[in-house]
Order: sequence, then structure tokens, then C-alpha cells
Amino acid sequence: MLGPILETLIGGLMTGVLYALVALGFVLIFKASGVFNFAQGSMVLFAALSVARLSEVMPLIVAVLIAIVIMVALAYAIEFLVLRRLVNQEGIILFMATLGIAYFLEGFGEAVWGSDIYKINLGISKNPLFLFEGIFPGGLLIDREEIAAAVACAILVAGLAIFFQVTRVGRALRAVADDHQAAQSVGIPLNYIWLIVWAVSGIVAIAAGMVWGSKLGVQFSISLVALKALPVLILGGFTSIPGAIIGGLIIGAGEKLAEVLLSPMLVKWFDLAGGGIENWFAYVLALVFLLFRPQGLFGERIIERI
Amino acid sequence: MAGNTERTTLEAAATPPPAVLAVVETILAVNNIEVVYNHVILVLKGVSLEVPKGGIVALLGANGAGKTTTLKAISNLLHAERGEVTKGSIVFEGAEVHSLTPNELVRRGCIQVMEGRRCFAHLTVEENLLTGAFTRKDGNAAVKRDLDMIYSYFPRIKERRNATAGYTSGGEQQMCALGRALMSRPKMILLDEPSMGLAPQIVEEIFNIVRDLNAKEGVSFLLAEQNTNMALKYASYGYILENGRVVLDGEAKALRENEDVKEFYLGIAEGKRKSFHDVKHYKRRKRWLA
Repeated sequence: MLGPILETLIGGLMTGVLYALVALGFVLIFKASGVFNFAQGSMVLFAALSVARLSEVMPLIVAVLIAIVIMVALAYAIEFLVLRRLVNQEGIILFMATLGIAYFLEGFGEAVWGSDIYKINLGISKNPLFLFEGIFPGGLLIDREEIAAAVACAILVAGLAIFFQVTRVGRALRAVADDHQAAQSVGIPLNYIWLIVWAVSGIVAIAAGMVWGSKLGVQFSISLVALKALPVLILGGFTSIPGAIIGGLIIGAGEKLAEVLLSPMLVKWFDLAGGGIENWFAYVLALVFLLFRPQGLFGERIIERI
Repeated sequence: MAGNTERTTLEAAATPPPAVLAVVETILAVNNIEVVYNHVILVLKGVSLEVPKGGIVALLGANGAGKTTTLKAISNLLHAERGEVTKGSIVFEGAEVHSLTPNELVRRGCIQVMEGRRCFAHLTVEENLLTGAFTRKDGNAAVKRDLDMIYSYFPRIKERRNATAGYTSGGEQQMCALGRALMSRPKMILLDEPSMGLAPQIVEEIFNIVRDLNAKEGVSFLLAEQNTNMALKYASYGYILENGRVVLDGEAKALRENEDVKEFYLGIAEGKRKSFHDVKHYKRRKRWLA
């Protein structure tokens, strides 16, 4: 019994890594500009499409590099055409703008790259690994790609953490997150900071898009991951990078375990059809959090002088 | 234009005509600016002032007189509040700076310390100071040297360097904000209401540091203050704003001795203290406009 549960847990954590990557993009932009970027899911789709189609004609590594250029250019275009014009507008107006960007990106991505389901081949063997065969009968079955994804995510997050904590620009980003106007007053240009956060979350979107795309194929439904990132954000706190990671892992693991453990109980005790728990588990968990801990697990404490 | 006609300039009675002052360079000149918020609300109605190089100039006035707006107009932070300079010019070191971004202005050496300190609450004190060096390109060694220089002026915040700024005291935050501005190696600091919400001893400590910085580092200050008494002790020249106009200006000494300033801003009349309830607003308008 323990073996399958552990397998489910690991599989869930791997899905959680994906949620975390998408949530991370949200957090970066929200922290630095207070914009709730609904387009994050579409950015993941667009990035995945770029990588998938480019890698058909060139080596994967080159495709990824070009995709990075594309995402940075996209960040520049968004900053120049949209954000700069909407400075000092209400949050809801900026949110609506990102909604527009989201649908534009989906359509534009289809127009440029096509609307079929594409594959991203990471060049990792699809044969799963069997670990701890001595402990569990048959061993634990683990997907090699998932391990690679987890490692890549860990590297990305560590890199971001270092960038935020020690570099000059990272410090400026945190300053902007704290107080826009004061940051401006000491000479930190907001436009430049926004460009950087959008570019960085574009790059995070590439990572998320590649992992997701190699698993399930690159298709429209990827952009819906954004909706799964919402409960992750509520759990982890909108302003916390570690929160996004841990929130993602909790939701990923939680929904898979709920499906495996809770479904049979529902079937047995209440004679229900069971199943489908995976779809709502995250949102119910988020609701519970909204009721009891609205700032999330790691949301920034509001410093108030009394 | 209307603003100028109503304005009084006091000459200090005791001082001889300032032959030496005439050659003093002007670092900042604000010429008859008007500021409009949201395209309709006229806040500054023609404000002119000058800050000599290496001087401390006080900008005085009550709440809502336009002190902060004047400073933000100079540092170009008005856009964030939908304000706009619609008339007049602002000249810093001989160049028109009206259309520069705050970033470019900081690079040129003019920086604002905003009202209410506005430290980055979640950063440590030292990180706050380092954000002030964002515009600098002269390398880490120079930044490190200036950090030590700032700690020598503010030994109090050196002890608190690793504390989260949001949890430090008001005085420490004011020092942190001032130090942060200094990290950009400014020629001029626009200091908005440094005394706000601070104990009198701390206010004095901060003003003494301002005077030190002015004397030793040659930084010019434009100081917006409600604490008229304190500001006129440290400034060499003062402007009094009322309703978006400069109504009175002069040497600090002359302002301190002026009967109207005494009565309305220092709370002293005919030699004895007087309650604000007894002061009629129209009376002073009449006296100054006469």
C-alpha cells in the first residue's frame, strides 16, 4: 500500500513543480508592479509553442535560446505598448489589460505557430526509473523527465533567489515592490524594472511550458494552467517566491493524494461515483485558506507602525 | 504672474547690501511655475524661488500651502500623482530639467527625500542605503566608501544596519532616508518635512546633521518645513508659501524678526504668546497684500 501512495505523492509533487513555476511568474510581476497578470498562462503557452515549433528545425538548445529572445521582446512590447500607457491606473484596469494580453497572445500564438498539438522532445528517455526495489516490491516508478523538471525548477528558483537578494537590480526590484514612489525618488526607473520582471517571468514561462509540453504535448489547454496557479497563490501568498514553490507542491501533491485516498472512501461510504476530486481540491483548499489565513502561508507581513 | 505682484521681499536691516552674495552661483532656480492636478486643480499659482550653490533654503508654510507639490515639481515626481507643471521653468545647474525623468535628475545630482521618510520597509537599513546608489556607475569600492561615510554621519543607524527598516524608529527611518539619498552623491537634496512626527531632540539631531552635510560635503538643501522656528534656525534664506503662492521671502534672520512671521508662524505676538484661536485669517492676508 505504501509504495503506490509514495508514487502518487511523488507524481503529485512533480505536477506541483509545474504549478509552482507558473505561480512564480505571477508573483514576480505582482511583487514589482502590483499587476495581477492574467496573461501568465498564455505566456506559458506561447513560450511552449515557440520552443516546440523552433525545435522542429533546429537543436533544442538553440530553440530555447531563441525562445528567450522572443519572450524578452514580448516583455518589451508589453511594457512599451501597454504598461507605460497605463501608469497610475487602478489595479482593475491593469488586470483587464492583462486579460486582453492573454487572449491576444493565445490567438497570436496560433496565428504564428499553428493550432495543432506539438511535441517537445527533451531528449530524455521515456523509460521510468525503478528506485528502492529492495524496500518496496517492484520498486518505486519514477519518470526521468519529472526528475529533470524538478532539478531545473530548483536551479531556476535558486538563481532567482540569488538575483533578488544580492544583485543591485534585485535589490531595486524589492525596493519597487515596497514603495513605487520612493523607489522612483531615489532614481530607480520603474519602466526598466517592469521590463525586467516581465522578461524574467517570460523566461520562467519557457521552463514551465517545456516541462508541461514534454509531458502532455503543447496545446491550447496549457494556458488553463494559469487557473490552477490561482489557488497556489492564495496558499503561498501573492508576494512570496518560496510561497509559490511550496504552495505549488502542496496543491500538486494534495490533489493527487486526495484523488487516490479520498475517492475510494466516497465510493465506499456514500456510494458516490467518486473521482473528479483532483479538479476541485485545490480551489476548496484555497477557500479554506481565504477564510482562515488570507495572507497565505508566506505572504509578506504587513509592517505597520503603531 | 499674479503671484509676483503680491510678494514681499524682506531686506535684512542690519546687513549691508550683499556685494559678495551677488557672485554666489545659483544651483536651482524655479521660475513662476504653475502646477495642475488632474488637469483641473490649480495647486501652485506661480511659484518662484532660488537656491544658491551650497546654501540651505527653507520653504515654509502651513498644511496644503504647496510645499510638497513644489518639491515634487522640481524632482519630477508629480506624474505619479497625475500632476503636471503647466507654466514656468525649472533650471538646475543652468539646464532646464522640466522634462527629465526622476532617474535622469538623480544622475545629475538632484534628489528628493520624500515626506514621511518612505523607507523600503522590508529591506534592511543597509539595503535601503544601497538602493540609493542605484544610479551610480563608479564601482563597488566607491559605494562602500560612501556607506562608511554615511555611517560616520549617522552612527545611530550603523548599529541598526541589519535591522528591517520597517521596524526601526521614526528617527532612524528619517536618517535612513537621508542617508539613502546621500548614497546617490547628490549636489542638492530636496528635503520634505524631516521633522514630521519626531521628538524635538531627534529633530535637532537631524537638523544638525543636515548642517554638517551642507558644510562638509557641500550639498545644497531645499527644505520644506512646517516647523518654521527650527527651519529658520538652520536655513540662510526662506520662502513662505500660502495657497500656492510665495507671499514672503527673505534672509532667515529677517524672517525670524518679521512681525507677521512671528505672529502667524512662530506663535509670538507683541512679545507674548498667543492662541491660534484668536488669530483671524483675513487679517494677515490684508496686511501682506496691502
